[in-house]
Amino acid sequence: MTMLNLYTRRRIVNALGLVISVLAMAFGLFWLCWILWTLLEHGLPALTAVVFTQMTPPPGSDGGLLNAIAGSLAMTLVGTLIGTPIGILAGTYLAEFGQRGWLAPVTRFINDVLLSAPSIVIGLFVYEVYVIRVKHFSGWAGALALSIIVIPIVIRTTENMLRLVPTTLREAAAALGAPQWKIINFITLRAARAGIITGVMLAIARISGETAPLLFTALNNQFWSSDMDQPMANLPVVIFQFAMSPYEDWQKLAWAGALLITLSVLTLNILARVLFRQKSASH
Amino acid sequence: MNAESTVHPKTIVPKIIVKDLSFYYGDYCALKNINLSIAEKMVTAFIGPSGCGKSTLLRTFNRMYQLYPKQRAVGEILLDGANILDKAQDLNMLRAKIGMVFQKPTPFPMSIYDNIAFGVKLYESLSRNDMDERVEWALRKAALWTEAKDKLKQSGTGLSGGQQQRLCIARAIAVKPQILLLDEPTSALDPISTAHIEKLIDELKEDFTIVIVTHNMQQAARVSDYTAYMYLGNLIEFGDTSVVFTNPKRKETEDYITGRFG
Repeated sequence: MTMLNLYTRRRIVNALGLVISVLAMAFGLFWLCWILWTLLEHGLPALTAVVFTQMTPPPGSDGGLLNAIAGSLAMTLVGTLIGTPIGILAGTYLAEFGQRGWLAPVTRFINDVLLSAPSIVIGLFVYEVYVIRVKHFSGWAGALALSIIVIPIVIRTTENMLRLVPTTLREAAAALGAPQWKIINFITLRAARAGIITGVMLAIARISGETAPLLFTALNNQFWSSDMDQPMANLPVVIFQFAMSPYEDWQKLAWAGALLITLSVLTLNILARVLFRQKSASH
Repeated sequence: MNAESTVHPKTIVPKIIVKDLSFYYGDYCALKNINLSIAEKMVTAFIGPSGCGKSTLLRTFNRMYQLYPKQRAVGEILLDGANILDKAQDLNMLRAKIGMVFQKPTPFPMSIYDNIAFGVKLYESLSRNDMDERVEWALRKAALWTEAKDKLKQSGTGLSGGQQQRLCIARAIAVKPQILLLDEPTSALDPISTAHIEKLIDELKEDFTIVIVTHNMQQAARVSDYTAYMYLGNLIEFGDTSVVFTNPKRKETEDYITGRFG
């Protein structure tokens, strides 16, 4: 009799827990779907071929986002190229050499702080140390600010992924007499490759939507600019500027830009997941 | 402690001589004054309950413990007369002479071919042909050639557990070491794979000096020529496997072997 009561109670508690978790998930999903829906509703009609072929217009005339798209791509690329090697090297140091001494724990702590630092602070920092010195906004400054966001993300994922590599794999390579640099290059980094690439892709996804660090560094540019030493147009700042404006055609372009960023971030995230899952499945 | 009282096995050629070896994990003493010798081209088994120090002892032979800052060994381990615990001993050269296979199969994230070539390339620069031959030789020695010859370019991680373990053995012997250390090489494998590996050990002792740590007493009795029984960091008894298993000198050994303890 008591057994039966215990069992019934357990089932009720289980059902209750399940209902609460489903509700929590539905709550989160609801907002996400609403955001996506609004984006699609306003963004899709605005997303025409003109968006990809023409420059940002003055209010009242026709135009697209070509210079902003190109600027965003350029700065994201340079930011990733600067941030990724530093991040992977530092992450490797933390995971492979970080057992002794004080340097690794301190680096790890600072990295955690950097990871959660508001991106506007990073923008202001680059403004202070770079933009003020060269006395003008530029694409390089924007890329630099983005790279500072990339570094801590890549450090964290690289370290975590390397730590997932079983110690016995390192020992097996060491037992063959391989020097440590060969063990790291050919065994552990290779074993963690998919995870590290995933981390880099997530970092790219993160910086492609960042507005604040670019506002103080790359600023904006109405015209086509392939010179990274000049102020550079970029999607987030254009969206910020156009969406706040009273002009309807600017607002439409802002919607198109927002949809564009969201779709590319979504694609990157899905790619990262697929890549990571494939790799884990083959192990 | 009682190592002096244990008779050295009928002295064939001692390959490794351990003298007054103690081992520390930080302040914890895991091996206490071990003395024993490992005979050349014979199989020596270390048995004992978990935590007795048998793996620790095995890992001193190739100084595996040096990967970890807080571990240290005190005493002497003579390999062909030279003390390998000496600071001057080149670690990589030592590990070229002493191969090791671990409890869990550890294929590298690369093709079967590259798994074997990886170790060889550390010491020799062979031509493509010579390397092909070496890979085939190692795979044949490890009884994996027939199963692997058509998928040399495939990832080593795609093999079954037993095959992976034989790949690891092939990888270890491809370097042409003199000694093979096997750390519970079959404890993660099914009975058929285990039988495969045991048969292999029997064949490999033609060319290599083998030291095996095992939890499985029947396995020690089946594959080894000499057996060392360890308990709590002490070497309790060491001698001919047949003698240790049928007529142990010490009560502790008898208790463990008959399953009354451990």
